[in-house]
Amino acid sequence: MLSLIVFLPLAAALALVAVPRLGDAVSRWVWVVVAAVDLALVAAVWLRYEDPGTGRLAFEERAPWIPGVNSSYHIGVDGLSLPLVAMTAVIFLACAVFALRETDRPRPQAALFLFLQSVSLGLFVAADLILFFLFFDLSIVGMYFVIAGWGHNDAGRSAMKFFLYTFLGSLALLAGFIGLYIAAEPHTFDMVELAEQTPLAGSSLGGGLVLAAILVGLAVKTPTVPFHTWLPPAHTDAPAIGSAVLAGVLLKMGTYGLVRIAMPMLPEAWRAWAWVIVVVGIVSVVYGALVALAQTDLKRMVAYTSVNHMGYVVLAVGAAGMVADDTAQARAIAVTGAVTQMVSHGLVTGALFLLAGVLWERAGTYDMGSYGGLAGPAPRLATLFAVGAFASLGLPGLSGFIAEFQIFTGSIAAAPVTALALVGILITAALFLRALQRIFTGPTRGASVGFADLRPAELWSVGTLLVLSLLIGVLPRPLLDVIEPAAEVVVELVGR
Amino acid sequence: MTVMAQTALWLLVLLPAVVGGALALSRSDRAAAAVSLATAALTAALAVVVALARPQVAMPFMAGSDLALGVDALSALVVPTVAFVTLLALVFSTGEIGESQARFHGLMLLFASGALMTATAQTLPPLLFAWEVMGATSFALVGFWWREEHRVSAGVTAFVTTRAADVGIYLAAGAALAGGAGLALADLPDGSEGWRHVAAAGVLVAALGKAAQLPFSFWLSRAMEGPSSVSALLHSAAMVAMGGYLLLRAEPLLASTGWAAPATAWVGALTALLLGAVALAQRDLKQLLAASTSAQLGFVVMGAGLASVSGGAAHLVAHASTKALLFLAAGAWLTALGTRRLTGLLGVARRWPLVGWTSTLGLLSLAGVAPLALWATKDAVLAAALETSPWLYAVGVAAAALAAAYAGKVLVLLWRRAPEPERAVAEGHHDEEEQGTRRVGLPEQAPLVVLAFGAALLGLLALPPVGDTVARALGEEPVHPAPLEMALSAVVALVVLALVWWRPAPEPAWLRGWLGLEVAAHTLVVRPTVALAESLARFDDRVLDRVVTGSAEAVLGMARRAATFDDRVLDGVVETTAGMSVRAAERAGRVDGRWLDGAVEGVATATRRLGRLARRPQTGQLHQYYVQAIAVLAVGVLLLVMVR
Repeated sequence: MLSLIVFLPLAAALALVAVPRLGDAVSRWVWVVVAAVDLALVAAVWLRYEDPGTGRLAFEERAPWIPGVNSSYHIGVDGLSLPLVAMTAVIFLACAVFALRETDRPRPQAALFLFLQSVSLGLFVAADLILFFLFFDLSIVGMYFVIAGWGHNDAGRSAMKFFLYTFLGSLALLAGFIGLYIAAEPHTFDMVELAEQTPLAGSSLGGGLVLAAILVGLAVKTPTVPFHTWLPPAHTDAPAIGSAVLAGVLLKMGTYGLVRIAMPMLPEAWRAWAWVIVVVGIVSVVYGALVALAQTDLKRMVAYTSVNHMGYVVLAVGAAGMVADDTAQARAIAVTGAVTQMVSHGLVTGALFLLAGVLWERAGTYDMGSYGGLAGPAPRLATLFAVGAFASLGLPGLSGFIAEFQIFTGSIAAAPVTALALVGILITAALFLRALQRIFTGPTRGASVGFADLRPAELWSVGTLLVLSLLIGVLPRPLLDVIEPAAEVVVELVGR
Repeated sequence: MTVMAQTALWLLVLLPAVVGGALALSRSDRAAAAVSLATAALTAALAVVVALARPQVAMPFMAGSDLALGVDALSALVVPTVAFVTLLALVFSTGEIGESQARFHGLMLLFASGALMTATAQTLPPLLFAWEVMGATSFALVGFWWREEHRVSAGVTAFVTTRAADVGIYLAAGAALAGGAGLALADLPDGSEGWRHVAAAGVLVAALGKAAQLPFSFWLSRAMEGPSSVSALLHSAAMVAMGGYLLLRAEPLLASTGWAAPATAWVGALTALLLGAVALAQRDLKQLLAASTSAQLGFVVMGAGLASVSGGAAHLVAHASTKALLFLAAGAWLTALGTRRLTGLLGVARRWPLVGWTSTLGLLSLAGVAPLALWATKDAVLAAALETSPWLYAVGVAAAALAAAYAGKVLVLLWRRAPEPERAVAEGHHDEEEQGTRRVGLPEQAPLVVLAFGAALLGLLALPPVGDTVARALGEEPVHPAPLEMALSAVVALVVLALVWWRPAPEPAWLRGWLGLEVAAHTLVVRPTVALAESLARFDDRVLDRVVTGSAEAVLGMARRAATFDDRVLDGVVETTAGMSVRAAERAGRVDGRWLDGAVEGVATATRRLGRLARRPQTGQLHQYYVQAIAVLAVGVLLLVMVR
């Protein structure tokens, strides 16, 4: 079942490439249909999902692959990965719908995004480090072509910067993986076995070095301060759906790696260095929010808020490493909040980037000062943007609040210093309201004049993402019921 | 009955939320007002039902805690207040709000849902949930006329300021969890020693922000840019009142810390005093009412700090009715005459007598004239103050005198028969804010009458026998102010009113700007933050990113240099070596041809010659061989002899 979910988009991508005679319209609809079917399959998995328990995976599949290094094709899901798998399927479907009016080479674009979808889903279900690494790097390659091929402005340079930076990061990650492999006895790349073995336990230097390599690799992808400078140009020059996937899905690969690989496999080193992770988280939150506040370009601003939002995740998983006897519940709440934040940020920032894409498509600029009073000609865009902005600043009733409340409540209880990051939710509130004010209110002027409101495809794709955010915000239990047991397991594993 | 009551409680929150959300998203302005009024009426009925039945409901939510709602004695006072003022404000708004009615009614209902949920929340997550929904909808309502940027700015100020305070609840939630108290509001005082202080501080800051107490008061001044019906709900009965409500709800927590309760009482008292003075200095009716709201909420906050929950709650309810009435009256005049400037409202009470008389009742209540509502409720709080500290009581009485002064100032203006030149000045102010309609319709007048009853009668909540019942329901022993105190406060109010009638009150200009609070917030917080943000952004672009691109460029430069090295040096070495090899080979070739070959041939010639020479002795004649043998032998002997 999982293999089908992972490889169905890839098969469709190959078919699109192999049959060049398919028209543009057919290609676009093939993409939508395949993404919808994939989402339906994920929904089926979600409905049949039962928590697999400590150190186990649901819907597990395993086949020999590279027996020489004990690496196998091993996949499965648990409460950490299933929400991200579902979020990935939703975002790719939203992108497919959004791109229904795309005129620039729709067939190769559809193929490329289907390829990226397979790669992203594969990463979240991978239970083998080599498999994980493979998908990790392929995602970088895919996104390079998306930015370079369909971007604007200085797309080639931004794409190259993105590629080189994250690719270098992935090399650090690979070094860490090899360290784990060598330290494991018997040598293996299998994630489940590695989490059980906790190689390098008792070796503070070795554990620290391997953790450092893995952290650097994941920090570049997440990204955290100071490894984030590839993000703003990549977003600014990427096409709307590319930005949505980059922010919505690809960034999660970094934070997912933290909870999936670093925490369970290197618990001792994680506890020893938890304070560094907390500090990096706090700095990312505050720094990301402040720099976002100073931006005049909407897309750059949203890009920097991603640094801020991913900072909350880093901070929470760092606080989860501050182990004390009576804070297990608080730490589990923090990790639950972190995973919820990954899902929430994917939906909300994906929606905001799609809306930013509408601005570019209609008026050719992201400069907030060029607009004004846009709510007049484009009330639907104004409404959706306002909902997205409020979701992003963590307003209750929307998913961001569920994530951030748990992150802060749990983290402050486990590591009081994290209260410093509360200033982040205040600054993001100010910057989003300022953006709303600049673009949408006042007399209609500048680029807003004659602006065409959202078309049905745009409305439906963005609307769906925001409705999901609303559902999670009001009725979080279905999501939290999946995440909470897994978060407790992570906390238990880190505490070993 | 229980199931029905529980359903009523869920509906109380959900009905306005769902209908409001649908209205805000739809753009069907035609049916909006009817749908909204029906919803508000139904909500008010539900509020009465839950106030009587006192249901509790809960469903699993997050962070190991429930979304628990419930109605106790305190909520039973506040919930109907909010629901009824919502209904009346919405009725009024049908005369005030012309366009975008669906959006307006939708947002108002969403706000009401947030306020009702705040007033019934039993745990921190739903409390914060509703608390911030109020903040966000207030942003949208204050900035309702979004084409005018100053109104949107005012909404931004309101939301950002109150959210700065809201951070306190996040902190309190973390502290509650860390202290082992759990997230139920009633359990907060059970937290461990250190964390309990953090939780109390967090709740206190959040509530002071919402209640527009010092030092957060300035947002309320800006919020007057919104429609008057918005102010009637948000800035009298709901949003600011919810700040006071939270402190009343959290009174056991404040009392458990030792410092938080007196701090609360003093902040309340000082706000009542200073914002009362600010109100006196205003020349704009809505600004005056806003400052008065902060000041009056100060008495509620005092009540919470002095463990007089019944007094505080009674004052909250009585003030809600009074102030909603006055905001609506101000709105009616603003719509009719297009001005909110006090001098522009000269003698206006005579022009529309119903508005004039109801607002007069409201102003007299605000002034603390016996036996109207705020006279009794305020004295209940002041009685508690006298028990604690005479200083606190003195500040409270001074604040009450200021209330009488600013209420009197408005009263005088509203009723004065001015001479002609002064009337001309007043008319000159008409239509300076908006184009006035010169009429006050029925939907604008009807709510005033209902609210005027509240302003007159709600004092009963603080007087025996109703007051005693309320106090006991809240778990307090009824405290009765001494008759002398009550008489004193009534006399103070009348004397101050007489003074103001006799001679205009002073209007110190330095108080008109709300104590410079907003300027201070800008100078101390906003501007440094923005400057920091800008310099960090420059740092990000010029340093951090430069380091990365610089490293990449350095790598590129190194590659270029390596390429040059490769071309010039390594390849040069190879080529030179090759050239030298060729030359060496050529030379070797020459050597080979000239010397080696020559040598070989020379050796051969010499050998041939030697051979020819060696052939000579071989004559074949025996005697010659003998001679040769003897010669060799002789040489041999000779050698032997010589060597020896």
